Amino acid sequence: MTAVKEQQDAYFSTFQARERFLSDPSWLGEIRRAAMERFAELGFPTTRQEEWRFTNVAPIARVPFELAQAPKDGAPLAKLRELPMADLGCDRLVFVNGRFSPELTRLGDSSQGVKVCNLSEALAAGTPSIEEHLARHARFDDHAFIALNTAFVQDGAYVEIPRGLVLEKPIYLLHVTAANGRPGVTHPRNLVIAGPESQATIIEGYVALDDGAYFTNAVSEVVVGDNAVTHYCRLQNESEQAFHFGALNVRLGRDANATTYSLGLGAALARQEVAVTLDGEGSECQLNGLYVVSGRQHIDNYTTLDHAQPHTASREFYKGVLDEKSSGVFHGRIIVRPGAQKTDAKQSNKNLLLSDDATINTKPQLEIYADDVKCTHGATIGQIDPEAVFYLRSRAIGKDEARRMLTYAFANDIIGRIKYEPLASRLGDAVFARLGIGPGKQEPQ
Amino acid sequence: MLRIKNLQAKVAGKEILRGIDLSVNVGEVHAIMGPNGSGKSTLAQVLAGRDLYEVTGGEVTYDGQNLLALSPEDRARAGIFMAFQYPVEIPGVSNMYFLRSALNAIRRNRGLEELDAIDFLALAREKMKGLEVEEGLMVRPVNEGFSGGEKKRNEIFQMSILEPRLAILDETDSGLDIDALKIVANGVNALRSPERAIIVVTHYQRLLNYIVPDFVHVLSGGRIVKSGGKELALELEHRGYGWLEDAVAAGQSA
Ligand SMILES: Nc1ncnc2c1ncn2[C@@H]1O[C@H](COP(=O)(O)OP(=O)(O)OP(=O)(O)O)[C@@H](O)[C@H]1O
Ligand SMILES: [Mg+2]
Repeated sequence: MTAVKEQQDAYFSTFQARERFLSDPSWLGEIRRAAMERFAELGFPTTRQEEWRFTNVAPIARVPFELAQAPKDGAPLAKLRELPMADLGCDRLVFVNGRFSPELTRLGDSSQGVKVCNLSEALAAGTPSIEEHLARHARFDDHAFIALNTAFVQDGAYVEIPRGLVLEKPIYLLHVTAANGRPGVTHPRNLVIAGPESQATIIEGYVALDDGAYFTNAVSEVVVGDNAVTHYCRLQNESEQAFHFGALNVRLGRDANATTYSLGLGAALARQEVAVTLDGEGSECQLNGLYVVSGRQHIDNYTTLDHAQPHTASREFYKGVLDEKSSGVFHGRIIVRPGAQKTDAKQSNKNLLLSDDATINTKPQLEIYADDVKCTHGATIGQIDPEAVFYLRSRAIGKDEARRMLTYAFANDIIGRIKYEPLASRLGDAVFARLGIGPGKQEPQ
Repeated sequence: MLRIKNLQAKVAGKEILRGIDLSVNVGEVHAIMGPNGSGKSTLAQVLAGRDLYEVTGGEVTYDGQNLLALSPEDRARAGIFMAFQYPVEIPGVSNMYFLRSALNAIRRNRGLEELDAIDFLALAREKMKGLEVEEGLMVRPVNEGFSGGEKKRNEIFQMSILEPRLAILDETDSGLDIDALKIVANGVNALRSPERAIIVVTHYQRLLNYIVPDFVHVLSGGRIVKSGGKELALELEHRGYGWLEDAVAAGQSA
């Protein structure tokens, strides 16, 4: 406990030392200070708190993470090329160790008409919508990790899609970490504002260039304007020693429609939160999630659907595949505010355990304060069906191949929902890699 | 081709097969009949390699090799095909992908080149014709949401693509109307050849009008209690199984 306290104090002193060198607008300075104070009060969460019952963040709290240093020149560029996830055939904005990398960024035709840049540049240019939205949707008052991120906001993506614009291809916001043997922390902060009646797909990715230990503490705020359609894919494929906290906070306007994908494959310890506020009448969202873990990985999916207005609908489909000694959590919170009549919410979480040592905790949490609503939820935990394995084997398909087919079919239910094919196919490959079953791998036996 | 000697098997601690003896030569068609619960499916599943059933005694050779030592996939690769009494639904795996994987696993084993998606589809289309299988079935997940008849026809469709040397059909005729029954029988008859053998498990003599067997065996209480020619099926149709069971009981007490 004392080590944890020391680390909290260390964050505070780093904050004070750093603050003097920041040239923030005054509104941002105030937010930072408020967030830092809030973090100091809250401290890192413990398993005594209901929302953190199954996820012990002491390993994060104990390590003296310094702010990540910029990696040595040249190295990332070459290594990034080898990562299949790095190039999705669309415009990308790249950050390395929390810093914007103009060299790796590629903005061409596909983001034409969209304002895409790094957040600090947009801040320096005095973009008014930042003040309007930053820290308004991802609230830090009761959340230590979001508070910490807010206090240390350095850089991230800023995307503003003008009214009515329809984007053909996604924009990829890629966050790369090169640990270089130093346990550094980054606090990426992304802000996406989808104008009314716009239509776009954003992909937010987290990948590693080496297998070192580090901590990513990322927060994204997405504002979906009236009648806009937004697809937001968040892919976490950090190194196996990394810690990852990620919050995706989405606010929906009137008749807005958002589809999110929370994909978790990497990290030793990950917590991926998706919180959607259906803040406009007639708004709808679909939350998709897929987590695939093995070894001793732990992944926690915490989702919140806040139905704040009448006639809003949400659909939630999360699936998990857990192998070896890995563990997972799904926590699906649905809030129906007073007056949010005709809310229609459906939640489903299905888990496939590939080993006897893997564990999953799944829990719905409904808080319903209106009476004319439809809310359903269901969760399953299962193993590979031995009948199905035998059926496949009786048709000459090898045992491992049979298990691979059935596992992939289970995950593909979510992968298949991703409309952008390059992402879907690379995610498929990454799922196979995580489970140590190459897609083309043939069984000798 | 297939020699079963004194085969005994258990499931969930219960003795089901109590000493089966059966020889099947190439070119032959054998029918196995018998009351519910007599062990017909158990025999079929044991031959296909389902590990739920524990073999407690006896031996089975296939082309002279010990069949019981082979994995289910190796049995399939060696040319054994069992049409399931209750085909399994496999959500998320398309019939097309499944069958192509199966065929290519067999082809690899025979040293043949694998078929790509286009060649496979051409082959599948040809086989579909006679079986009145709709093409839409290929993109649907294996057996998922199929009607009972569709599942049975899908088994025969798989069989016609995989071209086994020994086919074991476990009640593929049950629940089919006469038109579907004829289609299934045509599929089976198309496979009949001097190099192949077929075992049909059925409750109904009706099927045997279309697939005429060389031998009929009656399985009761885990043993073959009577064997004969195709006339035996007609006799069973008229007299039921009771007289056989009585005869066996009398034989045992004597
Ligand atoms: N998985 C199992 N667990 C427990 N008992 C089983 C299992 N499978 C079969 N049995 C039992 O074994 C016996 C033989 O079953 P089997 O399915 O082989 O009979 P069958 O001759 O195929 O019957 P049917 O004509 O109804 O298909 C039955 O008493 C059945 O209840
Ligand atoms: Mg049976």
